[in-house]
Amino acid sequence: MTESATTMITVQDVHKWYGDFHALKGINMNIKQGEVIVIFGPSGSGKSTFIRTINRLEDHQRGEIVVRGTRLTHDIRNIEAIRMDTGMVFQQFNLFPHLTVMQNITLSPIQVRKWTKQKAEEIAIQLLERVGIPEQAHKFPGQLSGGQQQRVAIARALAMQPKIMLFDEPTSALDPEMIKEVLDVMVELAKSGMTMLVVTHEMGFARAVADRMFFFDQGQIVESGTPKDIFEAPKEERTKLFLSQILSH
Amino acid sequence: MNQSNTILPPITERSGFIGWLRKNLFGTWLDSFLTIVSVVFIYWVIKALYTWVFTIAEWEVIAANLRLFIIGQFPLEQAGRLWIALAFLLFLTGNSLAIWDKRAYAPAVLTLCFPLFLAFLPFENSTRQWLIILAVTGFVGWRLGFSKPDALKKTVVIGWVIALPIFVLLTRGFTETDGVGALAIVGTNLWGGLLLSFLLTVVANIFSFPLGLALALGRRSELPIIRWFSIGYIELIRGVPLITILFMAQLMLPLFLPDSINVDRVLRAMIGMTLFSAAYLAENVRGGLQAIPKGQFEASYALGLNSIQTMTFVIMPQALRLIIPILVGQFIAVFKDTALVAIVGLFDLLGIGRTVLAQPEFLGLHREVFAFISLIYWVLSYAMSYISQRLEESLGVGKR
Ligand SMILES: Nc1ncnc2c1ncn2[C@@H]1O[C@H](COP(=O)(O)OP(=O)(O)OP(=O)(O)O)[C@@H](O)[C@H]1O
Ligand SMILES: [Mg+2]
Repeated sequence: MTESATTMITVQDVHKWYGDFHALKGINMNIKQGEVIVIFGPSGSGKSTFIRTINRLEDHQRGEIVVRGTRLTHDIRNIEAIRMDTGMVFQQFNLFPHLTVMQNITLSPIQVRKWTKQKAEEIAIQLLERVGIPEQAHKFPGQLSGGQQQRVAIARALAMQPKIMLFDEPTSALDPEMIKEVLDVMVELAKSGMTMLVVTHEMGFARAVADRMFFFDQGQIVESGTPKDIFEAPKEERTKLFLSQILSH
Repeated sequence: MNQSNTILPPITERSGFIGWLRKNLFGTWLDSFLTIVSVVFIYWVIKALYTWVFTIAEWEVIAANLRLFIIGQFPLEQAGRLWIALAFLLFLTGNSLAIWDKRAYAPAVLTLCFPLFLAFLPFENSTRQWLIILAVTGFVGWRLGFSKPDALKKTVVIGWVIALPIFVLLTRGFTETDGVGALAIVGTNLWGGLLLSFLLTVVANIFSFPLGLALALGRRSELPIIRWFSIGYIELIRGVPLITILFMAQLMLPLFLPDSINVDRVLRAMIGMTLFSAAYLAENVRGGLQAIPKGQFEASYALGLNSIQTMTFVIMPQALRLIIPILVGQFIAVFKDTALVAIVGLFDLLGIGRTVLAQPEFLGLHREVFAFISLIYWVLSYAMSYISQRLEESLGVGKR
């Protein structure tokens, strides 16, 4: 991380309501190029809601979100521009079950980036090699294990050559023996300089690659800091309590 | 297998057919009683049916009017056009079977040989020749499909797309008189029998498809006008029996149109059936759409696809696959519903049946005529349902 690194995402005083329920209560965050951000906190604290406002899967009602110089408004062109530069990986993988792995990966590059099929497939193969499953290209998602599916989902997001990757609990739906294969891919991605926002409770991952961590509770950021700060000297009682709970097993 | 621990039942209980009978049909006194009653009943029905079919029924009524049943009053000297249209369809079928259903040897051979089976029935010789030509074109198409499946794929798809226009063009003709490069027009008032039922079914199903999709999407639209229109249309049509829509199409449509536009009666029926079928299709598609998890939309949007691309490439293909059995059910229902056009005065299979019964020499042969018509409906409906099962298997419906 150099001081001169450009700002990728600016979040200022963002509020979000679901009906009367105040889900995000004034979130502020500044993310620079190449930073790896880990967001953690108890269930229902608004982590998913927050990360999904970045690519407008959820809208926010107050405050401002700027992604790579583009302000998120209701303007669909801004939203599509931001989505093209932002990859997302979901807890439930959300692969398209009717398409092969190859088709899953090349769909968006061909339709949105207007690449030729050939170019898209070449890049897809490279990405499948990068995530370690080149031999699965012509299978359907239903024929793969959870860990393999999640790696395909990462490759699919990367195929659009995004500048930012959003991860919403990418390993929570996986059996323990598959978590590592997905985390390995994410660690490699982090080291390659990708800007990443990761909601996760994998504290080993956070310790290894996170630049900063944010603890969410009840729609607010309770505490933030480097992994060292958070793990060794948490300031807030709630952070301590939560960490002791998840680190105890 | 853990053979050594399995205790086998006594020999008498296991032995083949007798054992099976004992277990399944004569297990208890009640079972035995029901079995005997059923056997007696089935025997009685079959015997009555057999006696009627082979000794009492006068099948001359069918044989003498076979042409009417198949093509209505369509002029005999023009029938060659219909055979050519059919041959084209069979050729495409052969092609498609070879390209998309390679392993299904037996069904393919059975389908393509079907005209040959028909050739054994007491037809005139010219009909026999045409039936044989049909089978031959079918097999030629099949062989061709095997020899170069990849090169032919596109052509075959195009072939299916233009199949209906070609069929209609050949049926109707386009010039005043016959001649080189010309086909005399055969007015739709002469179309009848199975030909008319078939065309009504195909047209209504094909055109209701885009309309139904549009209505299903319209019903989910964020624009209130489009949504209300779609809901209004769907609920209105679904609340009205098809027969009233057919009457409306015959009687009311001309009122809405300027005098200069004269919509032909067959076309009116086609429009009525299409509008009717579209409303049901829309509801079926909506059901399919609702079954697609929200995550599929989100993943697609997150990849930068817009809402039209998301629908086209991600959501619709899955939704339609889910409802294939329902769609085929609806296609078959439309086919059977075409019988209602007889009531508004068209001569479809049923309508022709009624004119045949009005012939003095065949008075009172209702049983034979209706049995024959039912048989045709059943054979074709069953064929469609069989094709749909194969389609489901080859598309892997159910294994998501
Ligand atoms: N579509 C919705 N409508 C109404 N309330 C919602 C909706 N989505 C989320 N919420 C509420 O907003 C709050 C934050 O939800 P969110 O999914 O962001 O939590 P989270 O921190 O990701 O939790 P988890 O760890 O369980 O995923 C929760 O109380 C949830 O019930
Ligand atoms: Mg969540």
